[in-house]
Amino acid sequence: MDFFTHFGKYILTLKGMFTRPENARMYWKELMQQCVDIGVGSLPIVIIISVFLGAVTTVQSAYQLVSPLVPLTAIAQVVRDSVMLELSPTVTCLVLAGVSGSKIASELGNMRISEQIDAFEIMGINTKAYLIAPKILSAIIVIPFLVIISMLLAIWGGRTAGMLSGIIPTETFDRGLREGFSGFNLAFSLIKSYTFAFIIASIASYYGYNVKGGALEIGKSSTSAVVVSCILILFADYVLAAILL
Amino acid sequence: MIKAVNIKKSFGEKTVLHDISAEFQTGKCNLIIGASGSGKTVLQKLLVGLFTPDSGSIFYDDKEMTSMDEEERKTLRQQIGMLFQGSALFDSMTVEQNIIFPLDMFSKMTRDQKLKRVNEVLDRVNLKDVNKKFPGEISGGMKKRVGIARAIVLNPKYLFCDEPNSGLDPQTSLLIDKLISDITKEFNMTTIINTHDMNSVMEIGDSILYMHQGFKEWEGNNKEIIFSKNQRLNDFIFASEFLQDAKEMRMIEAGRKE
Repeated sequence: MDFFTHFGKYILTLKGMFTRPENARMYWKELMQQCVDIGVGSLPIVIIISVFLGAVTTVQSAYQLVSPLVPLTAIAQVVRDSVMLELSPTVTCLVLAGVSGSKIASELGNMRISEQIDAFEIMGINTKAYLIAPKILSAIIVIPFLVIISMLLAIWGGRTAGMLSGIIPTETFDRGLREGFSGFNLAFSLIKSYTFAFIIASIASYYGYNVKGGALEIGKSSTSAVVVSCILILFADYVLAAILL
Repeated sequence: MIKAVNIKKSFGEKTVLHDISAEFQTGKCNLIIGASGSGKTVLQKLLVGLFTPDSGSIFYDDKEMTSMDEEERKTLRQQIGMLFQGSALFDSMTVEQNIIFPLDMFSKMTRDQKLKRVNEVLDRVNLKDVNKKFPGEISGGMKKRVGIARAIVLNPKYLFCDEPNSGLDPQTSLLIDKLISDITKEFNMTTIINTHDMNSVMEIGDSILYMHQGFKEWEGNNKEIIFSKNQRLNDFIFASEFLQDAKEMRMIEAGRKE
C-alpha cells in the first residue's frame, strides 16, 4: 500500500513540472547551475573510481585468462566490453546516486523544512518546475558525459595497469581494443546512462521535495533516496539488458 | 481587503479550523493571536493559498481565491509578500540576490534599475553594507529585515508575517514591529501578522483576531482588548502578574478603571 502511495505521489510530483516557465532565462540559469553542480561536482570521484575499475578489471581478467590458447588481446576486449556494457554506466551511476542523489535530496529537504520552498510558492513560482525539472534535465544532460569520461578513463586505467604490471604491452592492448568492437555497446551504454540519470535525479528530488518534519527527516529522506535509486538502477539495468541484448 | 468566509480545515481526523470568518482591512496591521496549536498558522497558510480549505471561501478585494485557476493564482501571488518565521532566505544566495530574485523573475527592469530598487528597499528596512553577505553571515534581526525587504520589493498589496518577532530580543522586536506598521501605512497594504508577542498586540494591533482551539474567540483592536471580558482572552494575554499590572496601568491611563 505504501508503495502505491509513494508511486502516486512520485507521478504527481513529476506531472507538476510541466507548466509554462514564469521566466525562461531564470530557468536556463538554474539549469546551467545544476549542470555545474552535478557534472563538475561529481567529476573527481568519477575519475578516481573509473581509473581503478579499469585497472582491477585488467589484472583480474589476466588472472583468469591463463590458457596459452587465449591471446593477450582478449584481456583488452574483456576490459573494453565490461567497462562499456556494465562497469562505467552502472557503477558510475550507483556512485552518483550516492554523491549527487543525496545532495539533491538534502538540498531540497532543507529548503522544504526552512520554508524556502514556501517562499518560492508565495512569489508565484511553480516550485516543481523551477526546482525539480532543472535537476532532472541537467542530470540527463551531464551524466551520460560523465559515463563516457568514465569509460575512457577506465580503459586508460586498464591499459596503464597492464603495462605497469607487465601483464600486457600497450600495443597489444590497443590492438585488442580495436578487435571486434561493436558500436551498439556504446549505444546500449548511453541508453542505460540516460535511464539511470533520470532515476537518480527524479527519485532524489521526490524524496527531498516531500520531506516533512525536521533535520532528522532530511537525513532519512536522503538515505531513502540513495537506497531506492540504487535498487531501481540495478532493476533497470537488468530490464534493459534483458530487452536490448 | 482580505475576507475569509466560513473556513473549515481538517488534517485527517483532526479539525484544525472550525467555521472561521474574518475581515482583514487595508492599511491596517491585522493580528492573528492565539496559543500554540490554536490554528493561526494554518489560517494564514490558507489565506496565502499554501493550503486549500475543506469548505468556505477566501476573497481578495472581492475576487474569490479558492475558485481561481492556476494562472490567476500566480498573478495574485505576485501581489503578496510574506515574511516567514525563520525568514526563509535562500541560503545559496547573497542578501542582494535574495532581494533581486523576485525582480529577476517577474519584472522587466534593467540590471541597474533592479540594483537601485534593492538598495531602496534595503534602505527602507535600515540595512547597509550587507548586499554581498550570505544569510548565514548576518544576525536574526537582520535576516528578518532582509525578509521584509524581499517581501516588499515588488510593491505587494498584501503582506503576511508569520511570527515576525520570534527569536528576537525585545528591542529588535520593537523595531521590526514599527517597521511593519510603518510600511503597512506607507504603502497602504493589507498586512496580516501571526504573533505571540504581547508588545506587538498592544503597539500595532489595529485589528486583532484571537483564536482558541481552531475557533474564532474574539475580535477587536488594541484599545478594546484591555477592556475585554473574555476570560480565555484575558488568561492568554495577561498571563503573568506583570502583564496584569501593565493592563491595570493602561486602564488607569485610559481613565476607565472601574
